[in-house]
Amino acid sequence: MIPFEYRRAADAQEAVATVAARPDAVFLGGGTNLVDHMKLGVAAPHMLVDVSRLPLTEVEETPGGGLRVGAAVRNSDLAAHPLVRQRYPALARALLSGASGQLRNTATTGGNLLQRTRCRYFQDVTTPCNKREPGSGCAAIGGWDRHHAVLGASEHCIAVHPSDMAVGLLALDATVHVLGADGARSLPLADLHRLPGDSPERDTVLAHGELITAVELPPASAMTRWSTYRKVRERASYAFALVSVAAALDVDDDSGVVRDARVALGGVAHKPWRAGRAEDVLRGAPATEESFRLAAGAELAAAEVRDGNAYKVPLARNTIVAVLRDLTEARR
Amino acid sequence: MEHRITLRVDGTERAVTVDSRTTLLDALRERLGVTSPKKGCDHGQCGACTVLLEGRRQLSCLTFAVAHDGDQVVTAEGLGEVRGDGGLHPVQQAFIEQDGFQCGYCTPGQVCSAVGMLDEAEAGHPSHVTRDLAPPGAPDSPAPLDDGEIRERMSGNLCRCGAYVNIVAALRETATASRGAS
Ligand SMILES: Cc1cc2nc3c(=O)[nH]c(=O)nc-3n(C[C@H](O)[C@H](O)[C@H](O)COP(=O)(O)OP(=O)(O)OC[C@H]3O[C@@H](n4cnc5c(N)ncnc54)[C@H](O)[C@@H]3O)c2cc1C
Ligand code: SF4
Ligand code: FES
Ligand code: FES
Repeated sequence: MIPFEYRRAADAQEAVATVAARPDAVFLGGGTNLVDHMKLGVAAPHMLVDVSRLPLTEVEETPGGGLRVGAAVRNSDLAAHPLVRQRYPALARALLSGASGQLRNTATTGGNLLQRTRCRYFQDVTTPCNKREPGSGCAAIGGWDRHHAVLGASEHCIAVHPSDMAVGLLALDATVHVLGADGARSLPLADLHRLPGDSPERDTVLAHGELITAVELPPASAMTRWSTYRKVRERASYAFALVSVAAALDVDDDSGVVRDARVALGGVAHKPWRAGRAEDVLRGAPATEESFRLAAGAELAAAEVRDGNAYKVPLARNTIVAVLRDLTEARR
Repeated sequence: MEHRITLRVDGTERAVTVDSRTTLLDALRERLGVTSPKKGCDHGQCGACTVLLEGRRQLSCLTFAVAHDGDQVVTAEGLGEVRGDGGLHPVQQAFIEQDGFQCGYCTPGQVCSAVGMLDEAEAGHPSHVTRDLAPPGAPDSPAPLDDGEIRERMSGNLCRCGAYVNIVAALRETATASRGAS
């Protein structure tokens, strides 16, 4: 590891000014991803600006009835928060399915959103990787591709985004609040992460020096209160998702017709994947297994598979159907 | 870059000069001679380095010591000290009674993780396998701790010897005893 300077930021403005002024400086959250990357040689910053102790640790109801989560709130505290458990169970379940008890006690909301892919070639500096070293090639294409993307990949990168929390937040229509050197801005979480295209080195649309200060959830509804998250992995716990599904359904009790739906997928793409095609099929359709299959099929019609990851398409389809069925049955 | 920091380790104030690159785990083991936290993987994947940092179970291998100036760290060897009597913590006693280890390498991390885990459950925190996330009544009433819950909550601690069955038994015993008593 190369030597670096460590600074504890006094406030968010100072943190942003410091990092924005230096291309070789980065923010430090809980460090559970960044420190690992510094050990592996994947990241080599000359300065760390610690934002984990900034006063961004509140989870509070907004005047409009939504929920604002500070960027330094730890994953475990967010998952255990009474309002999250009652009103946004998909978020609580997504958080609880990620990493381990120890890691969730350390990991922050901002750091979780900006954690980088677990592609094994990305983490191994002896192999070509366009995300780590633009232009060097992609060792996963034609290599060990079992964990890689089936939607939205490019010829330059087929990595997937690893966060569970982001998938839950995406299904719940979260907004991200950001502070940059030029001031504050907000963007839908759906617009934060990018597809790889020809610049896989950029995971998100954030500019260097932009700090995530908070994530905001819109007011809860009957639908979000019935939301859930299901993660499929290679062992029962402490493993990343092969495929995951966050979903919420609003079904008219009399007619049995779906009024509204939210579906987001993890483990399938370079970003948390909002399944808009599936949602379109669901709206106005009877809440039956047949509709759920049609919806899942519509979303996955665009899937492109490789040698090792073809299993993800039926796995994602079946998981979507199972989650929607469980949501419907739970309401009865 | 060198930093002079102070850590409160197992109840004692310790000043030490560390390079910014030194992890908390290396500062404890190599600089302060506190060797109960173990280095298993050094990448957050095994739990052997678990300590109680500011009262919560956390990994010491994925964090720099310099980021913890002024913080309190409790390791397995200090659990008794911190409780005030210097004796064994009930979790440690239960590991002995239930044979919760073989080689013992993962054990200090298991014990610290278990102490933190029992506190979390006591505070009502749910887990991935908790059926009802928002049970009626107080959200901070203690979470149920059956074997499935214990396994899930302890999944961040790997045991290469596979002593899991007895570790679960030890924690079932501790949880039952402490809840029976309160
Ligand atoms: C063994 C292991 C298993 C794991 N399993 C899972 C899993 O199953 N599911 C899952 O979702 N995750 C998993 N994780 C990943 C874990 O969730 C992330 O490492 C964690 O959420 C990152 O948060 P952090 O605060 O530690 O981020 P850091 O490591 O501090 O930072 C990550 C990145 O975000 C940047 N950053 C941090 N805060 C901000 C901010 N406020 N604004 C702008 N930039 C910021 C940093 O510069 C860095 O680039 C696992 C990790 C490990 C080590
Ligand atoms: S898939 Fe992306 S992250 Fe993985 S090796 Fe290829 S370019 Fe790198
Ligand atoms: S040594 Fe820290 S988790 Fe393995
Ligand atoms: S007792 Fe040997 S690793 Fe757990």
